Amino acid sequence: MKPKYSLKGALISNLVPIVFLMFAAFAVPMSGLSIPYLLHEMISRLARDSLLVLSLVIPVLAGMGLNFGMVLGAMAGQIGMVLVVDWGLGGMPALLVAALLGTPISIGLGYFCGYILNLAKGREMVTSYIIGFFMNGAYQFLLLYCMGSIIPITNPELLLSRGYGIRNSMDLPNIRQVLDRLVSVEVFGMDIPILTFAVIAVFCLLIVWFKTTKIGQDMRAVGRNRAVANGAGIPVEKTRILAIIISTLIACYGQIVSLQNLGTINTYNSHEQVGIFSIAALLVGGATAENASIANVFVGVFLFHLMFVVSPMAGKNLIGDAQLGEYFRVFVSYGIIAVSLLLHAWKKRHEMLERRLLENDGKE
Amino acid sequence: MTNEKPLLSMKGIQKDFLGNRVLEDINLDLAQGEILGLVGENGAGKTTLMNILFGMPVIQQTGGYKGTIALDGEEVRFSNPNAALMAGIGMVHQEFFLIPDFSATENIFLNREVTRYSLLVEIFGDRLRTLDKAAMNERVVQVIKELGVNINPDTLVSEMPVSYKQFTEIAREIDRAKIKILVVDEPTAVLTETEAEALLAVLKRLAAKGVGIIFISHRLHEILNICDRIVVLRDGKLIKDISSGQSDVKSIASWMVGHEIGDFAFHHTENHRKTENFLSIDHLKVLMPGEAVKDLCLQVHEGEILGIGGLAGQGKLGIANGIMGLFPAEGSVTLKGKSLKLNSPLDAFRAGMAFISEDRRGIGLLLTQSIGLNIAFPLMQVKGGLLKKIAGLFTWEDKKKIREITSSYIERLDIKCTGPDQSVMELSGGNQQKVCVAKVLALSPQILFASEPTRGIDIGAKHLVLSVLREINEKEGTTIIMTSSELGELRSICDRIAIVNEGKIAGILPAEAPVEDFGLLMLGE
Ligand SMILES: Nc1ncnc2c1ncn2[C@@H]1O[C@H](COP(=O)(O)OP(=O)(O)OP(=O)(O)O)[C@@H](O)[C@H]1O
Ligand SMILES: [Mg+2]
Repeated sequence: MKPKYSLKGALISNLVPIVFLMFAAFAVPMSGLSIPYLLHEMISRLARDSLLVLSLVIPVLAGMGLNFGMVLGAMAGQIGMVLVVDWGLGGMPALLVAALLGTPISIGLGYFCGYILNLAKGREMVTSYIIGFFMNGAYQFLLLYCMGSIIPITNPELLLSRGYGIRNSMDLPNIRQVLDRLVSVEVFGMDIPILTFAVIAVFCLLIVWFKTTKIGQDMRAVGRNRAVANGAGIPVEKTRILAIIISTLIACYGQIVSLQNLGTINTYNSHEQVGIFSIAALLVGGATAENASIANVFVGVFLFHLMFVVSPMAGKNLIGDAQLGEYFRVFVSYGIIAVSLLLHAWKKRHEMLERRLLENDGKE
Repeated sequence: MTNEKPLLSMKGIQKDFLGNRVLEDINLDLAQGEILGLVGENGAGKTTLMNILFGMPVIQQTGGYKGTIALDGEEVRFSNPNAALMAGIGMVHQEFFLIPDFSATENIFLNREVTRYSLLVEIFGDRLRTLDKAAMNERVVQVIKELGVNINPDTLVSEMPVSYKQFTEIAREIDRAKIKILVVDEPTAVLTETEAEALLAVLKRLAAKGVGIIFISHRLHEILNICDRIVVLRDGKLIKDISSGQSDVKSIASWMVGHEIGDFAFHHTENHRKTENFLSIDHLKVLMPGEAVKDLCLQVHEGEILGIGGLAGQGKLGIANGIMGLFPAEGSVTLKGKSLKLNSPLDAFRAGMAFISEDRRGIGLLLTQSIGLNIAFPLMQVKGGLLKKIAGLFTWEDKKKIREITSSYIERLDIKCTGPDQSVMELSGGNQQKVCVAKVLALSPQILFASEPTRGIDIGAKHLVLSVLREINEKEGTTIIMTSSELGELRSICDRIAIVNEGKIAGILPAEAPVEDFGLLMLGE
């Protein structure tokens, strides 16, 4: 109820990105890396990860917080990629077929995840993390035991020497950067992957448009107050499941885009870090468990990767130890989640306290 | 009325909350176009009866109900509010049923938005139609105008004064196309007489169109004014079902309580000291939507009860909200020569001020917590009271003491409950209001801002609450600044009454001044 437009208010609500920006302002010169190099890196990484992070926005809208459900979508995308590699596909058709394969899997997993999350309302973040953990088990079982035995894999190079199970990592020579390179322009010696950004833009527009639809409005209502939404006849549970399905779908496509950019698959690792990374990036971008915008996505991916790139070099130049920078990276990604959530909880508690004293607008 | 089947017929309704019977064998009919007044003491069971009709989840969650409900002669049993809505029943809830972060329009059109066709509808179905915001806003402006107020359709509910919230909730119900029965549960408790009149006129118009209306209010003159028939509940039993022509305020009140009620008025004592510099408010501006205060100056004397009256929207509610830091304020407020930090609720509390908000329903009550904790909470937070220190480090709630204090307030304010450990959520509206009063009294403030302190409280208990306020004023010397939309209430307890008009003090009169003089001030003459 305070004036929302004050400078102090703006600073507080953007505290996290501001802290990171200040840190970057200090670390970038320390690292000794050139600005054009950094810019190039950032563009490439924005193209790689924006879609993944974008997948978190819709569940936040539906009041389901920062949700690890997207990890399931990433798995689906990865399964699609493994299969197209086995089938010997390459180029754009490979990506499209992988997306096509990933779609039903993401919808199925999203439905499952949404269903479980409906049983654990208000504890979505933790619950989805645990679902991701278990589904990772299922994923490993599928790739490590079923593929090459029950599910036929024709390309022996993909298999472990024992004859079944997918190898730990695989290169994607025919897929590497096909989307990025298909249409790209050179600006100041940097390749800008126009088509990839166009795909990302389409999804952004879809999300913006989605918010203006009836279902988007229903999601907001469910996110803000389940009891009232339910009373008005909005199918709360269905709406929440839908939010998760949209999230897993975007994450599936996001993972495919990301893998083609990297050009390799770490069969058993690539998807695992995606959840933590995406949530951390979104938080760095200034989002909270209750509010996340498209701007938060891009600011977050940019700042997070900037820290990633400069901190090892900055660490080395400062203390003479690149390893320190490495630690810092890991520390940052986990730490930022904890700190942002703490900051957020503190802010909420503070507000709640004032409110309760004043008998004003306590929800629940 | 006629011999046809009644529009609504409730038979043998019985409801227990965990063995606590709150409704017993209620039989009630409603005809088309009839306005039925439902009255009863706080906790008599009015809201519960209506929640049963409307299929509110709380009823199922507590074991359902016994008895039958027939709509147009056909038996119905709604398992959720949406089913009731579909059958043509609308309800204005005593505790608002709005989404605070949504605008007026979004709330009014919740799940019945005006939408436009979009191509993707063909693939994914109707939920992908896009919202037509302009059309909705236009309709909202129209409906709200009909109610005689002026609310910007884009205002967020969380930023509205409580009367606007009420109107938003009412607008949502009356705008429904195929409504047959409308239940309005204490819609006027936060409205001034003029606002209430506009609402009553709308209800009458709806009734003339054939809508059956069940109207709940503690303002008995309103009941007599618009209702065709009056049903009185007492302790969950139906005591009287009578046409309104055959009753008057006095007899309704005695049916409600079970005994005669005398008139009440307090003696005006000149007990306050006219210390000029006790609390002085200078050039106060408060940015409260709908209740803005513009450049207001006011001197409050130590130990007095100062009333603040005025028409709705003139700013009388903004004063307390501004000083207590709920809405952005500018200007200067000095207490005994010390200037108060504005826009900081905690500082206001620490300076010895406390606030009973008119917006109880926005309920900063910790709804799921016990009555005891609610009363103790501000005391612990502001004064560090009721906490035991363990090893000088950890603080612990002093449970025994909390219970003691709570029990004393339950008795003093006659809060109807099963004990200090009952959760506030399970109390009736009026009893929740009493908890709000109790938690502020427990702070023993130096200055008490009481905005609509008797809101939703029945006429018997009203006297009780007012006399408790009077008592702390006399015994503890608490200075009270009371805001109310009922002039009669102000005149019965206050020493002086300031009338606010257009965000400024139009004049201050002694409480004994003739009613007409107040009326003139309110109109700004
Ligand atoms: N969820 C609940 N659990 C337990 N008891 C409840 C619950 N809801 C209401 N009650 C009890 O039922 C009784 C009737 O409450 P109800 O809200 O119907 O009263 P009311 O007539 O609407 O009163 P008021 O005028 O104060 O609004 C009260 O004693 C109340 O404590
Ligand atoms: Mg009630």
